[in-house]
Formats: sequence, C-alpha cells, structure tokens
Amino acid sequence: MTTAENLAWSENSVQLPGHFGPYGGRFVPEALTSALDELDAAFRLATSEPAFRQQLADLERDYTGRPSPLTRALRFADYCNGARVYLKREDLNHTGSHKINNVLGQALLTKRMGKSRVIAETGAGQHGVATATAAALLGLECTVYMGEEDTRRQALNVARMKLLGAEVVPVTAGSKTLKDAINEAMRDWVSSVDQTHYVLGTVTGPAPFPEMVRYFHSVIGREAREQILAVEGRLPDAVAACVGGGSNAMGLFSAFLDDLGVSLRGYEAGGDGVETGRHAARFAAGSPGVLHGARTYVMQDEWGQTISSHSISAGLDYPGVGPEHAWLHDTGRAIYEPVNDAEAMTAFSLLSRTEGIIPAIETAHGLAGAMRLGAELGPESIIIVNLSGRGDKDVATAARWFGIDLGDVVSAELAEGR
Amino acid sequence: MIAGTESQVTRAFAQARHESRSVLIGYLPAGYPTVSKSIELVLTMIDHGVDLIEVGLPYSDPLMDGPVIQEAVSVALREGATTDSVLEVVGAITDHGGSSVVMSYWNPIERYGVKRFAENLVQRGGSGLITPDLTIEEAVPWITAATESDLDPIFLVAPSSTDSRISAIAQQTRGFIYAASTMGVTGARDQVSSMAPQLVQRVRQLTTLPVAVGLGVSTGAQAAAISEYADGVIVGSAFVRAAQTGGRAAVGELAAELAQGVRASLP
Repeated sequence: MTTAENLAWSENSVQLPGHFGPYGGRFVPEALTSALDELDAAFRLATSEPAFRQQLADLERDYTGRPSPLTRALRFADYCNGARVYLKREDLNHTGSHKINNVLGQALLTKRMGKSRVIAETGAGQHGVATATAAALLGLECTVYMGEEDTRRQALNVARMKLLGAEVVPVTAGSKTLKDAINEAMRDWVSSVDQTHYVLGTVTGPAPFPEMVRYFHSVIGREAREQILAVEGRLPDAVAACVGGGSNAMGLFSAFLDDLGVSLRGYEAGGDGVETGRHAARFAAGSPGVLHGARTYVMQDEWGQTISSHSISAGLDYPGVGPEHAWLHDTGRAIYEPVNDAEAMTAFSLLSRTEGIIPAIETAHGLAGAMRLGAELGPESIIIVNLSGRGDKDVATAARWFGIDLGDVVSAELAEGR
Repeated sequence: MIAGTESQVTRAFAQARHESRSVLIGYLPAGYPTVSKSIELVLTMIDHGVDLIEVGLPYSDPLMDGPVIQEAVSVALREGATTDSVLEVVGAITDHGGSSVVMSYWNPIERYGVKRFAENLVQRGGSGLITPDLTIEEAVPWITAATESDLDPIFLVAPSSTDSRISAIAQQTRGFIYAASTMGVTGARDQVSSMAPQLVQRVRQLTTLPVAVGLGVSTGAQAAAISEYADGVIVGSAFVRAAQTGGRAAVGELAAELAQGVRASLP
C-alpha cells in the first residue's frame, strides 16, 4: 500500500478520534499508550468542569495578563499596501509569547493527574521558558530538552530557564535542533511516564496533543474575533500566523474555521529559499508521512528518512507540522506559503522601526506574510496577524544579521552564537 | 496465518519448546557498520546459536532506542543504508539457511509502500516485521498486507499495557508477542527489570502466542533467567556494542554465551 492508499484508508474506513481527515493519530511505542489514554481522559474531564475552566481563566487573567490587546499597526500598514492591519499581541503575555497559554493548561492537568515532574522540548526556548515558568508556579520539577545548536542561538532563553529552576539538557544527536530535542524528550517520557507529564509545546505529536494544545490556545482566536468585531464591526478578510509546529496559528485559526469569508494564512520558514533545500517548508517541499507520533506533512527523502530543516528562526526549524494544518492544507481551508530568512528579517526590521515592537523572528515570518496579503487583498482589507512572541531572545541573531556591533553591550556568550 | 503454513518464527518457537529451551533472538541494524559487514555479523550470530535475527531498518528518528543503537543507525545511514539494504541482509540470512524478521519504525515502511515492502520481504525469505511505533489502531493497512503475504505482524506490549490492551494486541499479532521488559528505551542494563516476569505472566493468561522478552538483556545469565519464564530472549544493544568494540569475534562470543544461557534452564 502506498502512502496515498494509506491516506485513503485512514480517511475513509475509520474516522478514529484524534484524526484530522487522514492525519494525526498515534504512532508511539506501546509503553506510552496508557499515558496518552490517561491524558486524554484527564483533558476531557477537566475541560468539561466549570471549576477547571474558571481556574484556567483566572490564571490567564491574573498571571498571563489576558486578554492580550489587538493593536492597530498604522505605520507598518504602509508596507502592507495600506491595509487595515491588526496585531494580536501575544508578545505581551507573561514570558513573552503565546506559549504560556498551553503550558498553564497542561501544568494544571499534570497536577490533576498527580504527577510531580514535567518535561518539555524547546526550539527557540519560548516553550521551555513557559514550561519552566509554569513548573515554578505550580511546584513541579522541570527538565527541558533543547538542541545544542539552539542552546547557542537562544542563549538568553537557556539562562532564563535555569533562573526559573529548570534543568536544561542540550541534545547533541542528529541535527541538534528541535526535532532531536523531541526525540530525547520522548525517550525520557517512555522511561519516566509514571511520575512525569510531557508538556508538548505545539499542535504536533500523538493524540490528544494536537487537539489539546489547540484547545488551550483557542483563547487567542476567541479574543481576536471579539476584538475585531468590536473595533471594525466585521470579521477580518484574513488572519495570518507563522507556522512551525503551528500552535499559535491553530489558536488564532480555531475561532475562524467556520467563517468561510475569513482566509486562513500560515507562513512556514523558507530558510535560504525552498529551491536551495535549506528550509523548513513542509507544505512547499514535504510530503505526507509519520513523524513524532502523528501522520502529517514531513520533510523526508525517498526512503522516508527525515530531512533536516533549516531556518534563521529556531522555533520554525522543524521538519514536521501539526496534523490539523495538514488537513486544512489538503482541504484548501488554509493556505500555507514559505517566507525566506531575508524576507522575514525585513519584516522584523520594519515592524521594529514603524511600530516600536521588536517581534520574535518566528513571528516576523507571519508579518512578512501580512505584507504579501496587503498587496493581494488591497487597502480596504482587514488583516489580523498573530504577534506570537517578542524578539528580546533574538537580539543577538538580529544584530548579527543587520551588522550591529554588540561590542561590550551583550555578554560574549550571547554574541558568540551562530 | 493461512491454514497449513507455518512461519519460520513459529517453527523456531516450536523447535525450542521441543528442546525445552527458549528462542534466542538477536538484533543488528542493516548496514552497520556497512552492508557487507552487517551481513558477516548476522551470519556469525546464526553460526553461534542465534535462532532468529531481528534486522533493524535504520531510521533517522529512533525514539525507542538508547544511545548505542542510535549511534549505530546513524553510522549505517551515513554509510548509505536504505530499505533495500535491509532486504539484502534478509536475503543473505535466508541464503545462509537462517531465519529473520525486520524491525522498523513505521515511516520508512509507509514510504516504501506497505504492500510492496511485504511482497519484497517475503520474496527475500523474511518472516515478519516488528513495528515499535505502530499502534494496532493505525495498523490495518499493514495487517492486511501481512496477511496477504503470509508474514507475521509482531507487536509490542509494555508493563503499562492494560489487560484489555494486551488482548487486543495479541489478536493482531502472529509469530510471537514482544514483551518490553521495562518502561524505557533500548540499551543494556545491569538487571533486567523485575516487571518482566509479571508482564509475561499477564500475557500468558490472555494469549497462547509465544512471548519473547526484550530491552536490557546483555548476558548469558540474564538470558538464562528470562528463559525460566519466557519463550524467547531478545538481545539488541549488547550485540551492537560487541560489534563496535570487538567486531565479528566479539559478536560470535556473545552469541555463544547467550545461546548457552537460553539452554541453561534445561532440567
């Protein structure tokens, strides 16, 4: 049976829970099955209880600082063909990105399941920082796996995690990036599952992770929808976000899935350019396969071996993508395009200079997308971009890109990154 | 299985039962350190008493494997090992008169084509496929292809598996049940987990299939201890480490020690 035949089987014969069309599912060692079942049950029970939902909502308000504002970007809009561009300000959340939404939910579930330790993978470090934060808040032991390459380019976040009391384990296997950090976290989890919950940081992985992580991020979309209706009196023409695993995008998209007049746009990392092979463009250059527990689009060779991804952005540097995005792609409900490093860094600089907001480099890919969207949809269009994270962690990388001499301003350790 | 036929795997367990011993199953990744050397190594294992070879398909993201096998498969991939190399090793084992099953993470099989892989595996004389990351819920296409090609689909159970889950897995499995002795990844351990006997006992109450124990086994003494309660002993990382440190001689020596181990429980 070919992949196409497998897809057809998976789509037609059994619509199992945890699937998005033919994508998703559970491809994991048997040792994890009972833990995933336990998690699934805990998630469904908790989210059915008003008390749990209230507990989470209170934390979001009092700890994260939600709702996050929706900021009109008037000067940046000049570079988006004058479109009415709004930024959903997830960068203003505690810890500086959207990642905290998911982590607080999963950390509460960890306590409910009676587990005392959390582990996490991280690429850019934002999810690791968020997990370390929630672990500190709730009194959980925390270990974060991070590719050695990423510990260099995101040294600031490594320091933050350590300050928060987490153990950071640099992963030296494979490409030394996010993919390998996930492998190592999975290995830890198989060995420690009794007492440990794996706080997976994005909408990938085996069921129920994609659905659960989307649920905890759906607050982004709900707020944005309400906010845009309040200020513009109508729905946006498009909502845009960068897509690594795709959690910030799924959180934003989730509130607009049934609004067929709202175009859903995801921007994946084009790296040096899709034609160079050095990129993380799963939809532009990947194919359906199985990676890290789910069937989805994967960068793979003819033998099904994973191809290493490349991106200036550690958070988008991943050869797989969330399975629901794969389904939204195939059904045409969402459109995904690659954005090259150079285009993203131009958007990074423009937003910084026109709005006084330094975005994460991941986020800059979505901003570059907004510039394209403005040209496509015209000046009357309304576009919401998820400003998924702030760029403090990327100062060293950006300074190097733009030729800014860090001199004595930043420690040698920060400056020596790639 | 088609009535009247009996796989090499089933025969191996029947033969061992006849001899009141357990089956010795040895793992090595195809293409480690090269394809031709991996063939020499597995033939050495057979010549020194390994009953069934588990030919590993090297995969870029082996998340069930500890450092020893991770390192070996990355060497094999660097040296250019592919799914075809695996089939080549299987063919060489068959030509040598040996028996084999393949162990593979799921994506390379799906990418190769499940039916195509099953047909080519049978053609080379392979007997089955162990799938460490394929849950039975996702396995329908593979089980269909395996049935058509008369191959044994071999699934794992773990100490965390519930009884109902073990039953469901056993219903989809042929050849033998692979009992993961511990909650963890592959790699030699000083002591085989105390969870293993209990797991094997639970499996026995739920199925008549033979049960083989893997994860953490590296010595003849451990093999002997497992033989007391299981039908098969699976050794992986220890063979890879032997190949790393002492090549063919060390692999042969380890095979002989383990072969003696699985016979030590003879009355």
